[in-house]
Amino acid sequence: MLGKGILKGLAETARNFFGSYVSKERLTTVQYPEERLPQVEAARSFPFLVYDGPDWHAGMRCVACQICEKECPPKCIFIEKSKDKKPDAVGKPQAYPAVFNIDISVCMSCQICVEVCPFNAIKMDVEYDLPTDDRFGGLLLDKQQLSKSNEYYNAIHPTEAATVDAAFAEERAKVEAKAKAAADAKAAAPVAPATQAQPIGGESR
Amino acid sequence: MIHTLDQIFVLAKLWLLGYFPVGAQPLASAILSVIPILIAFPLLFAITTWLERKGLGRMQNRYGPNRTGPFGLLQPIADAIKSLTKEDIVPLTADHLVHFLAPLVLVAAAFLAYAVLPIGRNMVLVNMNAGVLFFFAIGSTVELSVFMAGWSSRSKYSLLGAMRAVAQMISYEVPMVLATIVIIMQAGSLSTVTIVEKQAGYTGIFPHWFVFTPWGFVGFVLFMIAATAESNRSPFDLPEGESEIIAGYYIEYSGFKFALFFLGEYLGMFATSGLAITLFLGGWSAPFSFLTWIPSYAWFFAKLLALIGAFIWIRGTLPRLRMDQLMNLAWQYILPMALINMLVAGVWHFMPLGPFRWLVCTALLAVPCVLLGHALKRKKKFQVRTYQFVE
Amino acid sequence: MTVTFLILAILTVAGTAAAMGLRNAVHCVLALTVGFAGVAALYLQLDAQFVGFTQIMVYVGAVAILAVFAIMMTHSPTAVRLPAYSSQWVWGGIVAAAVFLVLAWAICSSSASTQALPPQPYIDVQQIGDALMHRYVLPLEIMGLLLTAALIGAVVIAMDRKEETK
Repeated sequence: MLGKGILKGLAETARNFFGSYVSKERLTTVQYPEERLPQVEAARSFPFLVYDGPDWHAGMRCVACQICEKECPPKCIFIEKSKDKKPDAVGKPQAYPAVFNIDISVCMSCQICVEVCPFNAIKMDVEYDLPTDDRFGGLLLDKQQLSKSNEYYNAIHPTEAATVDAAFAEERAKVEAKAKAAADAKAAAPVAPATQAQPIGGESR
Repeated sequence: MIHTLDQIFVLAKLWLLGYFPVGAQPLASAILSVIPILIAFPLLFAITTWLERKGLGRMQNRYGPNRTGPFGLLQPIADAIKSLTKEDIVPLTADHLVHFLAPLVLVAAAFLAYAVLPIGRNMVLVNMNAGVLFFFAIGSTVELSVFMAGWSSRSKYSLLGAMRAVAQMISYEVPMVLATIVIIMQAGSLSTVTIVEKQAGYTGIFPHWFVFTPWGFVGFVLFMIAATAESNRSPFDLPEGESEIIAGYYIEYSGFKFALFFLGEYLGMFATSGLAITLFLGGWSAPFSFLTWIPSYAWFFAKLLALIGAFIWIRGTLPRLRMDQLMNLAWQYILPMALINMLVAGVWHFMPLGPFRWLVCTALLAVPCVLLGHALKRKKKFQVRTYQFVE
Repeated sequence: MTVTFLILAILTVAGTAAAMGLRNAVHCVLALTVGFAGVAALYLQLDAQFVGFTQIMVYVGAVAILAVFAIMMTHSPTAVRLPAYSSQWVWGGIVAAAVFLVLAWAICSSSASTQALPPQPYIDVQQIGDALMHRYVLPLEIMGLLLTAALIGAVVIAMDRKEETK
């Protein structure tokens, strides 16, 4: 009641006022859009499709298995499977999505599509600056708008992308080893009857 | 040269007056004196809104407005355009005439109060013999406008806000007048010009301001607290607090009438600050005797800006007082202190000069202050909080 | 009969007449306030500064506020319509006319309107204060006592009875 508390409060406010001109911790405002807060790795906004290599269509990892479409809670993903096949991320010929639309005005960023995708084809983006003035289709992203490169994925989620890339490298190595073994077996098989047919000529092998 | 700079507005007015015919000169003189007040104080209002937003922002660890113009300096203009172009909504069941008149009465009363403030040497609008009495008479008409605003909106929130506001204003008028009586006792006159002239001397380099005496200092503090409550300013802004009662008595006002209410409130704040400067801080006189070459009106506005800064500082620091805390403060703490202050001023007058009377008067003021504070603190018994559904 | 006196007199009479004739109680009080302000302006025109400003401070600033508080706390906003004319207006008019005639005769035949008054000395606030403290100190103290009694009475009425709430 004597005013001591008031004087302490006034001193604190004065320190805030004068400190805001000299130190950053007394003025924590980030002036959007000129400055932005530092990017956090575990942030997520809306999904995007990952592609490897330079061509976004040829390198697309998605094989249109439609698991994410079925698991999406607000049903914002629409997929149409293609009739023909193309080689997927590990080389096997698979179908690919002819149409892949996500309505990001409906998407609730729950990340279930990412969690269930067996092919590491769909991942969460971190971009939040997505306003548009087109009321009727501006927030409906199609296959091309959703495709972003693996380098971009590495840039926004480094540790996650490193794990995914390591898994892919392992799989590719396995596939390659299998192919090499098959190729070796195929190369070895026709030579053997030839050596048996001419036993005197092929002993040097 | 210094004298010319000091009296430049008076000389300009006299020069302009020469262009009028002799018969019209009294009227022209009155109008020419009023126009600078009508220009300067709304301009000061615009600057104060900018200062307040930037100052409060910095105190709250954020920038104030900084997008409109450099450092947000064009923000008052943006606010003015916004308030002029907003739709003027009046409730259907509202009392249209009273609803329209309430902001006008407020602004008219607020402007009238500047008539007795001496802004510089020879620069008072009307040198009334009962100047301070005039000021308080006009101040008491502001409550009427508050009531008119609250009643005419025919809304429960506004009526409640108006009742609270009027009760608060009446309660704090008494200590304000009592704090002023001390000055009147010492100066011996109700005229503001005489009061400022009594404070214009210097001993060595220190001025004779009334705030540098024990009773003057306590009177100044009490007057400033009462002035903060009179203009409904934080921490006494319960009647208009946005988080308490929406906007209190001007909830049903929009557009320019709302802006007029703000103008009236801030003008009232400047007027009471101006009176505090006149009574306690020496009016237009300089703080040190070697600074008298700076013009008198510059000192008045410098002191006014300092007091406005103090208002903003207090607003940024203190939480809002609840209604009963507000009333308790007025009647149980400030009023007794104002009465004791009057007693001490009388003691000061009759004691011989010297350090002994400083000691006696300071002790006579400090002891009741501390005792009252402790007595009021002890009345509240803080209970230990118990929760019913928590183990 | 200067122009300012005429304007102020019309303002005062109109204000008080409206205070009697309006139907909304709040409008009546506000019109009465205009009447008070008119009377204060008349005092100021007579160079009685102290009385004029005290009239504003006391009547406009306190009595009118008291009246509006009374209305705010007792009337609901929709029930403030009062009948403006009573049924016995003939007798009322006769009495009012009689009083007016008596007052007019008294004023017109008094010395103030037939002869020119001597110029009044200029009284400033200091002289009023001196008179109050020296010659009229007893009435001042009695008024203070009366006001203290009124204040104590108000506090007693407004005090919450601790015995009743227990």
